[in-house]
Amino acid sequence: MDEGLKIELGKQGVFVTTIEELYNWGRRSSIWPMQFGLACCAIEMIATTMARYDLARFGAEVFRPSPRQADLMIISGTVTKKMAPQVVRLYNQMAEPKYVIAMGACAISGGPFKQGYNVLKGIDRYIPVDVHIPGCPPRPEALIQAFMTLQKKIDGQHLTGPDRPRFLDAGAQGEFPVPVEGEHDLEPASNKGVWPVPVVIR
Amino acid sequence: MAALGFGLTPLALAWLWAKVYSPAKPNAVKNSIYECGLESKGDAWMQFHSAYYIYAIIFLVFDVESVFLLPFAVAFTGLSAAACVAMLAFVLMLVEGLAWAWAKGVLTWA
Repeated sequence: MDEGLKIELGKQGVFVTTIEELYNWGRRSSIWPMQFGLACCAIEMIATTMARYDLARFGAEVFRPSPRQADLMIISGTVTKKMAPQVVRLYNQMAEPKYVIAMGACAISGGPFKQGYNVLKGIDRYIPVDVHIPGCPPRPEALIQAFMTLQKKIDGQHLTGPDRPRFLDAGAQGEFPVPVEGEHDLEPASNKGVWPVPVVIR
Repeated sequence: MAALGFGLTPLALAWLWAKVYSPAKPNAVKNSIYECGLESKGDAWMQFHSAYYIYAIIFLVFDVESVFLLPFAVAFTGLSAAACVAMLAFVLMLVEGLAWAWAKGVLTWA
């Protein structure tokens, strides 16, 4: 059904929807994040949930202490190489559908600590990230923007068809390998399935 | 009948929805018991140091005893003399533990 007809019917008091829209509406209105802070960005994340910025407006204020009950993982801060296996393991333990917001410069790329020997240069090396927010730290408004972006993304997901999301696809990858501490670095250094190693052209 | 249907229909629909749309993808990491992110090491069935005996006594006195005291209090009027004596022996044994802990000064802090 096309948008114009739907709006026209809406004016006449007839509400038309599809199962897909209803389903996505339900999912995007109840994204429960995991109660999980890594560094200074977590302070901004906490501020986002408090009265001044009020994340509850988006149905996302219920921070869950267990990965089994959470839909969203906010990587809020620097991921050290010592912490990365735990983060990936927790992501694995979350039930599908699950989403990831990489919050701040550190979670995206290592940020100001990128040259450090012990800092992971972006969590997207191991788990698929849905929304990246730059900033050091990003303001609560930026996190809310990320939530709205994620909601738009969820709204656009289809229940069937070849472009359906991972959690609806029985053949899609369900396990993300947990890196282990090797002799010099985490092994493997990245998950090739989610992060193609960039080719440096000089 | 209608009430039963009212309760069961949403459950059946949820089950059907999961069956049709969301394939289960269990794996070892996902099914692991602990949710702290760390892998569990060793066995939980290990011996505790005997220095912790005082905690065991306190646990018996304040936790296990209360579990037995409640049914005892409920059934008190219908109990035989032998049952009362048995219960008294049990309580006295735990009171002895309480007296021991009290004398040791475990119950005072700050």
